[in-house]
Amino acid sequence: MLLDLTPDQESLRDTTARFLANNMPAGELRRLREDPAGYGDKYWRRGAELGWTSLLVSEESGGGTVSGRGLVDLTLIAYEFGRHGAPGPLVTCNVVAGALNDEATGTHREELAGLLSGDSVASWCFTEPLHKGHDLDGLALEIRTDGGDLVVDGVKRPAESAGQADHLLVTGRSAEGLTQVLVPTDAAGLSLEPMRTVDLTRRYCVARFDQVRVPARALVGEFGQAEEAVEHQLQRALVILNAESVGAMQRAFDMTLEWAFDRYSFGRPLASYQELKHRFADMKSWLEASHATSDAAASAVEEVSPDAGELVSVAKAFIGDYGAELLHDCVQMHGGIGLTFEHDLHIFLRRVIANRALFGTPAEHRQHIADIVERVERVELGEKPA
Amino acid sequence: MSAHDMEDVTSFRERARTWVRANLRSIGPTSLEGLFRNDRTEEEELAAIAREREVQRMLFDGGFAGICVPRAYGGQGLTPAHQQALNEALEGYEYPCRIQAPTLSPCVAVLLEFGTEEQKLCHLPAILKGEEIWMQLLSEPSGGSDVAGALTTAIRDGDEWVLNGSKIWTTGAWWSDWGLCLARTNWDVPKHRGLSVFILPIRQAGIEVRRIEMLNGSKEFCQEFLSEVRVPDTDRVGDVDDGWTVGTRWMFHERMLYNSPLVTHPVGTTLSLGAGSLVTLARDTGRIDDPRARELIGEARMLDIVGEHLQERIGTGVSAGRMSDQAAAVARLFKGVAAARTRTIAFELSGASGAAWTDEDGAAAGCGVDFLMRQTSCIGGGTTEMARNVISERLLGMPRETTFDRDIPFRDVPRGPGSGSTPSQAPR
Repeated sequence: MLLDLTPDQESLRDTTARFLANNMPAGELRRLREDPAGYGDKYWRRGAELGWTSLLVSEESGGGTVSGRGLVDLTLIAYEFGRHGAPGPLVTCNVVAGALNDEATGTHREELAGLLSGDSVASWCFTEPLHKGHDLDGLALEIRTDGGDLVVDGVKRPAESAGQADHLLVTGRSAEGLTQVLVPTDAAGLSLEPMRTVDLTRRYCVARFDQVRVPARALVGEFGQAEEAVEHQLQRALVILNAESVGAMQRAFDMTLEWAFDRYSFGRPLASYQELKHRFADMKSWLEASHATSDAAASAVEEVSPDAGELVSVAKAFIGDYGAELLHDCVQMHGGIGLTFEHDLHIFLRRVIANRALFGTPAEHRQHIADIVERVERVELGEKPA
Repeated sequence: MSAHDMEDVTSFRERARTWVRANLRSIGPTSLEGLFRNDRTEEEELAAIAREREVQRMLFDGGFAGICVPRAYGGQGLTPAHQQALNEALEGYEYPCRIQAPTLSPCVAVLLEFGTEEQKLCHLPAILKGEEIWMQLLSEPSGGSDVAGALTTAIRDGDEWVLNGSKIWTTGAWWSDWGLCLARTNWDVPKHRGLSVFILPIRQAGIEVRRIEMLNGSKEFCQEFLSEVRVPDTDRVGDVDDGWTVGTRWMFHERMLYNSPLVTHPVGTTLSLGAGSLVTLARDTGRIDDPRARELIGEARMLDIVGEHLQERIGTGVSAGRMSDQAAAVARLFKGVAAARTRTIAFELSGASGAAWTDEDGAAAGCGVDFLMRQTSCIGGGTTEMARNVISERLLGMPRETTFDRDIPFRDVPRGPGSGSTPSQAPR
């Protein structure tokens, strides 16, 4: 998280932090494990009032930022989500709200209003069964025109909170290029199968589109021209996930540090053993580095900077690997209790592990970074980009 | 100079750009990592240093030396923002890189903070003109990390001090002029309370400089033997026996290195092996299309970028007072480990050329020797183990390691049999 927040940003962060501390204690998160939605409608609506879904939406459309940098503001909320292991479709609702807001035609103002108030939920259906998370070329789901309608055919998974959603923003390929449509979840030919997940409160579905037919107004943006928008959505999703993981890492680190002082063995605190002190030092360096790379990527995506794609992959690759490593080290420091359901540590472990796997694994992002390095090098050498 | 008649950054930047283009040689992207490769002859190295002194003098005459040094000492009395503007203007141009560390930071930083008015007037202008290159006589053969355990001894003799002992790991001492030296002035108090700091010319009869051959053939590191070196008391920095106060700040300035506003560090100058050169390496060894090679290149680039952003974060945190000075150890640890990992990646990409190569092997030539030196990044400038101690003890507040040298006179501190100086040999 940024070190130099404006007073307004600090207040935004603090309000969410207090709300989550009061409403989502660990016991409540454990209870929600059995809840089909993983969260309550009232909780989500109250969160929406705190700005959870409006930061990527312009003021004219009913949203607004606190600093003029909406995505950076949103990372503060995401950070607190991570720190509290909070439930709710934060990533997916914001990505869809941002996409509907950016749409030049403003066709979906009504659906957008529902997201802003928290009365409705939308799920971004992007990832596919045999698909590398960041690869825009590898999508198999097909969207075609048929008369005045659009027809969607294919499978998306995992689709976050699709079972709670009123609409699905579906990204697919067409003969003309990437295309996106907003499909109501009661559309004929759509089936949603709940999946099992490592997270306590997140919910995912397999969304099967069997010749799902929607009217032309379901189109988001222009037919076949969605590549830039999808790339931006992906970057935003990664920024939100990364900030959330950093929050979870921070909380786990803080808990484990406290434990190291409180837990005695052989008559001395764990914190006095040099082997453990040095591991805490390593964890501290990974943690601060994760804060730094997450913030740098958020800022680049916010400014639509030319290196945004690279920085966001750098952050995802780093936080994915070192976040999981940090959490597992925290478990190790706790010993057996760290592997129990009773202890709170797993709440944060689950979130970091889930985020690591979504929208491209660290290894996939490392390869993507190499593609970018090679491209830049070719340009510097005066060769034509491949 | 009052704030309102200070040149604004924008006009300074323009002036710096124009001057740099008109006066300096363009050299393209710079990597400092070649500094420690053994690929220059002694004559070439001395010629490079002579040119750097010349460039430093040109900067001085052009009004671009010592941007953040007060005007009274030959500097420009400007701000870190002006220094940053100069760093931007110098992108892709030659600059006196060997005169930055340790001359400007930590040595100039320490003189500014603790030096007497006479010392500052005598040395700072000379340094900024390229006439004096400084080095730090800090580490000793008896102990690298335990800096306060210095055995080099200074004994008072009237208005002078007589120094005896040995210092080590001084980069480029064989072509340097002056040194900042930590010495023991009192053996009868605990170790931190019996140290003092002196300044002295390197080239004098009582100092023998021996170049150390590293395992890659480089001879840039030196060891100095001080015998009966006489230093006037006016060349003492800080109070007698209070050298650790100076030493603590000294090491802070050392860690600041390229973040110090006293140091010129052109934008685009990399300290590490860039991912771009790894692409060239992988191409030269026919591995560029191997997905495993590409993953390694991506990892190196990731570590490089994350390290930079971490450094920025720590810089922001320290200057805003949100983090303690000790937080510099976090970046030190990260960068040391990351650079070692990157070196491993380069070796991996070299394939069999890592073991044996010819001049036709392009970027792979010599990677094996670099890999032999891999731990350099985790040792130089304070080991990563020391950084881990600092982080856990000073930042996280964990209990300090047990030591057997606290609160007892330094002469009674146990020393290993091979330490070269036993309590019985210590001066009485």
